Amino acid sequence: MSTFTRGFRGRRRGEDDRLPPGQYLAEDFPVLSAGPTPHVPLDRWEFTIDTEAGQTHRWTWRELTALPYEEPAVDIHCVTSWSKLGTTWRGVSLDVLFEDVETTADYALVHSYGGYTTNLPLDDLLDGKAWIAYRYEGEDLTPSHGGPARLLVPHLYFWKSAKWVRGIRLLTEDWPGFWETAGYHNYGDPWREQRYADD
Amino acid sequence: MQTDHLDGNALAGPLAEIFTADVSAAVSRCATCGLTGPVAALRVYDRAPGLVARCPGCEEVVLRLVRGPDAAWLDLRGAVSLRIPLGGANPGAVATDGGAAGGG
Ligand SMILES: [Zn+2]
Repeated sequence: MSTFTRGFRGRRRGEDDRLPPGQYLAEDFPVLSAGPTPHVPLDRWEFTIDTEAGQTHRWTWRELTALPYEEPAVDIHCVTSWSKLGTTWRGVSLDVLFEDVETTADYALVHSYGGYTTNLPLDDLLDGKAWIAYRYEGEDLTPSHGGPARLLVPHLYFWKSAKWVRGIRLLTEDWPGFWETAGYHNYGDPWREQRYADD
Repeated sequence: MQTDHLDGNALAGPLAEIFTADVSAAVSRCATCGLTGPVAALRVYDRAPGLVARCPGCEEVVLRLVRGPDAAWLDLRGAVSLRIPLGGANPGAVATDGGAAGGG
């Protein structure tokens, strides 16, 4: 009994530690969208990385899903204040996709089917920190949650994890994306509560 | 698809904080396709970090509004113009400014 109690307390403390300032725990998975949901047929879907030198690396759906994948279990934090702990995904690490990409760029502008964009430093996409995710909790990623594939970069606020991801453009200068040009923070670290541009 | 957005009347309250006139009663011209129509007819996506109003013709963004704790950000890049109905006031002052800035 005492063991159970200690374990229970331990888990609760753990959850508190995993909740960034100003966030609450969501049980469901709210659907946020700044526009109509694009429906991209898989035989026409592609993912590209465009370098600052003008080179394009391109993957079809079949090529992307044939690459080695990982199954990260991560906490996600939306700037509208909900967090979800221990979500599980399947996706291709950006490290795999960047293996043959030659670049000296410092910045990435992620763009999506439907026109959404978001920017982040290239370093934040590498070293096991980001994936192109196409499965969520054991199921194909639904269009409402960004399927067929979305960026997953869980250490930043979730607006950086672009739904319906289509490609990444590498830039030598930072180029603010959709929400970053409308008052939201350029970087968006939930642990430093970087919600708005002034924060 | 009717459930994922609201109509432009949803902008009336949030914009009333910024404008004294009722902007939802204005007529906007889409910068992308040129469609002209009432702001109230825009498609407003509010399940997002801000309000995103899109053109009912081409679905491009006409207006964005983000309300932070001590500031609002308003983006009207997607609108060529807003025709805002106003009561009979003093048009002379506006015409003089416009003439000087725009060369007539
Ligand atoms: Zn339009």
